[in-house]
Amino acid sequence: MSSSRNGLRTTLVALRAMIILTLVLGVAYPLVVTGIGAVLLPGRAGGSTVEVAGAVVGSSLIGQSFTDATGNPLPEYFQSRPSAAGEGYDGAGSSGSNLGPENPDLIAAIQERRQQVAAFNDVEVDAVPPDAVTASSSGLDPHISPAYARLQVARVAAARSLPETTVRELVEASIASRDLGFLGEETVNVLELNVALDGLEG
Amino acid sequence: MPVLLATFQAATLVLMLAITHRPLGAFMAHIFTSDKDMALERGFYRLIGVAPRTDQTWQSYLRALLAFSVIGFLLVYGMQRLQPLLPYALGLPAVPPGLAFNTAVSFVTNTNWQNYSPEATLGYTTQMAGLAVQNFVSAAVGIAVAIAFVRGFARRTSGTIGNFWVDVTRGTLRLLLPMAVLGAIVLMIAGVIQNFHGFTDITTLTGGTQSLPGGPVASQEVIKELGTNGGGFFNANSSHPFENPTGWSNLFEIFLMLVIPFALPYTFGRMVGDKRQGYSILAVMATLYLASLVILSALEYAGSGTAPMLAGAAMEGKEQRFGIFATTLFGTTSTLTSTGAVNSMHDSYTALGGMLPMLNMMLGEVAPGGVGAGLYGMLVLAVITVFIGGLLVGRTPEYLGKKIGPSEIKLASLYILVMPALVLVGTALSFAVPAIRTDVETTSILNPGNHGLSEVIYAFTSASNNNGSAFAGLTGNTPWFNTALGLAMLLGRFVPILFVLALAGALARQDKVPATAGTLPTHRPLFVGLLVSVTLIVTALTFFPILTLGPLAEGLR
Repeated sequence: MSSSRNGLRTTLVALRAMIILTLVLGVAYPLVVTGIGAVLLPGRAGGSTVEVAGAVVGSSLIGQSFTDATGNPLPEYFQSRPSAAGEGYDGAGSSGSNLGPENPDLIAAIQERRQQVAAFNDVEVDAVPPDAVTASSSGLDPHISPAYARLQVARVAAARSLPETTVRELVEASIASRDLGFLGEETVNVLELNVALDGLEG
Repeated sequence: MPVLLATFQAATLVLMLAITHRPLGAFMAHIFTSDKDMALERGFYRLIGVAPRTDQTWQSYLRALLAFSVIGFLLVYGMQRLQPLLPYALGLPAVPPGLAFNTAVSFVTNTNWQNYSPEATLGYTTQMAGLAVQNFVSAAVGIAVAIAFVRGFARRTSGTIGNFWVDVTRGTLRLLLPMAVLGAIVLMIAGVIQNFHGFTDITTLTGGTQSLPGGPVASQEVIKELGTNGGGFFNANSSHPFENPTGWSNLFEIFLMLVIPFALPYTFGRMVGDKRQGYSILAVMATLYLASLVILSALEYAGSGTAPMLAGAAMEGKEQRFGIFATTLFGTTSTLTSTGAVNSMHDSYTALGGMLPMLNMMLGEVAPGGVGAGLYGMLVLAVITVFIGGLLVGRTPEYLGKKIGPSEIKLASLYILVMPALVLVGTALSFAVPAIRTDVETTSILNPGNHGLSEVIYAFTSASNNNGSAFAGLTGNTPWFNTALGLAMLLGRFVPILFVLALAGALARQDKVPATAGTLPTHRPLFVGLLVSVTLIVTALTFFPILTLGPLAEGLR
């Protein structure tokens, strides 16, 4: 009898504690953080959006496809990595492929991408860098390696009838070094590069 | 060049942890031994109806812990089931019962295994007021159990091990919440989002459409790492650029996962009155951590296996901004703590590389382990180690002046047995029962061959250790995995806690015996080496056979 009354008392303590903690940690805390973000860092907390002529064309942190309506890569734009998010760069469905190192589907896909990237850029298959033929973890990787960006220079320049040196200079200028010089890897932000590229002609 | 850059990156992390180890460890020792309550806390104790100066027996402590967890479970379960009625549900329906059960268990047990895709399943209220609240309090529960266990060593002839409500309240309000607010601001500076925008449809540069997600991410991301929880706001977890945008945010998140677990040994040393004891535990944790990190990094850089060699590097399932080392550093950290966050897809690691996260968890997540859980797991292994040391020289073993008698060693042994039993039985049942096997093989497993078995081994290892990372090709949202993994998480969390608290009670009752010439010193390199060996041998003997069928078979072919 006394032990069951004890149990009920403990349960009520737990219930009251959890309700108060939910209000503090689950409502007040995220709202305070949101307030701080909205006041001090509105751009970043809001999603680091990129605008062209006043219209939002994406986020500098979220990769996107540069393809035509039927999904073919557009030669005048630098291409992103393969993506396993939905039909490709689906912002509402982040995902990797989760295919293992011996999975026949993955092996076939990498083989096909190597051929496709090599043909598209008119280079040898062995010149194709790893990030060009592998899907990222998020499916929303906004970056490619400097090697993959350089590989695409000649094709993009030809498609836009621009001097190759102009495009090459733009690519070199858009290579972001490692944070503090040693954290992570060197990157090229594909959306920002393509926006800058459109700006050249504008 | 890669080795040099990797060394800089690891050295920076070590430096950050070395700087915080003492002050944070001392601060935690202070908050869990102080007999002063803050005014705010006094109000909270009055509201919930507890007397903060009343210490509890281990049984009362456990009862309070279980009641708190059951209520937490019911709230998270209820929110998911009633989701359409909550604000900011984003038009998402109620979560089905089986999945809601699995998810509620997952967050209450500090596991954060996710059988759901967050973008398509959970609205902001469920994430903030359900899951993120558990991210705080389940972490505070883990720390509380570790502190209660340490009190067992520190106290003499005492019937009590502390007050659960005070420990959880102080762990939450004095430790986790202030650190989370600061950390969330740092993450927002890096580019982690924090808003209530929902999904915004935009027209891309080439005229396509894209749905950009919003959400209160920074506030959840920080406690997900700090409390070694690991549940992603998005499906891609910490590889999603809105959760982990850049090289330095990645290092900061790794630091958040490690800062409390690596400071707790100092807290332990302070509380038992001999800092050297804390340093020897820290040395064991650091040794295992660095060894595991080096092996995984070497394997992923080598990039063996058909697909990685064809591509030129093991970059499938990895982000360009992280490359190899910032990925292996995160993966090692996440699976040697109980976090389970991922900034890469472990399923796509090289075959032997993919075995390392499994091994890390199979060690029992003690290097340094989850917040609290890592320390109490390591101290149980220390008890086993002094027992083995005692057998070798034929003396009654003791640890920190407490005799390790038959009842103590029984509790420690039972603790050690729980996790392997859950992993092996769960995996075996998945294939032994014909109806389940068919479902597992046709619905759940993604990759063919040995790798498919690895996905199931990984799942039960992750659930039973309350890690939460996955070989995520596995489709877990089935009746079998929702139920079996749910049970593995529950038993893997609360049965070991039962044994730890019972052990704390037994130790607290004892007086301290003075050290003699026959006492094994537990602050010397000899003990550090013994404890490392015991940890490795217990794991290797238990799991070697099943690993030969999964990752070893795939990697050595």
